[in-house]
Amino acid sequence: MTCEEFVELVTAYLDGTLPEDQRRAFEEHMELCPGCDRYLAQYRTTIDLLGELPEDSLSSPGRERLLDAFAQWRRTTGTDRA
Amino acid sequence: MAGAVESHDRRDDHALVTALRGGDEQTFAALVDGWSGWMIRLARGHVPTASVAEEVVQETWLAVLEGLDRFRGEASLRTWVYRILVNQAKRHGIRERRSVPFASLTDDDAGPTVDPERFQGPDEPYPGGWRQFPQDWPEQVALTREVRTVVTTALGELPDRQRVVVALRDLDGHTADEVCDLLDISAGNQRVLLHRGRAVVRAHLERYFAISPARSGVTT
Repeated sequence: MTCEEFVELVTAYLDGTLPEDQRRAFEEHMELCPGCDRYLAQYRTTIDLLGELPEDSLSSPGRERLLDAFAQWRRTTGTDRA
Repeated sequence: MAGAVESHDRRDDHALVTALRGGDEQTFAALVDGWSGWMIRLARGHVPTASVAEEVVQETWLAVLEGLDRFRGEASLRTWVYRILVNQAKRHGIRERRSVPFASLTDDDAGPTVDPERFQGPDEPYPGGWRQFPQDWPEQVALTREVRTVVTTALGELPDRQRVVVALRDLDGHTADEVCDLLDISAGNQRVLLHRGRAVVRAHLERYFAISPARSGVTT
């Protein structure tokens, strides 16, 4: 396995979807190649940083409006909904 | 990572829908809080501004309530909500740039994810090996404001489909299977889009650390 091949397999490796022989070749390469070992570490760091981004959320007025709408919907469920 | 999104199986769905039909406001509020994040991000893939995306999500929840009686549990609740979301987004007029169906890959998604110039050619001693190893990053990379800007900018520049997959996987914590189910794409395409998107974000970080090693977000 070359370094150029290695870098394309990182996501499959992390997801555990590499076939057994490829996984072994990947790990052997990683142990011998400081460059690819570093690439993998940086790739993991990237994923970690992405995971730390703040979540989008609804504005509070938007959320309030939805809860009001739910209350309204609930009131009509008993009568309007068959 | 977004703990708010948990994996639900169909039994959970059944319990949720029963609670909603019964008018349980807490369940509704928890769903709105837990799911609106990924819904906004997905909506952003279809509409031009954040405020329109919020509107789409609002309308989606209203449509979910109206349609709740029609939910039969053939798809998961999340997939069902997602489909309503896409329809609402389309009604809002998809941006002029025509959105590409998720099922097909495009030129954006093809080719190597690391510049081939970084690897040795056939006439060099180690064809396919690094010409130069990637430069070391700081030991501890913290999500400082600057680093966050780099990551957010990189994410924003990704083609829509890559951005949506990266957001669902890495920001919202969905599994590969869930993303395939939500977007109706194959496992292979999911992986290609994710891998490319992450590689682009990594490359942005690499450039940032190379330019400004002194301000690189080292925790002190």
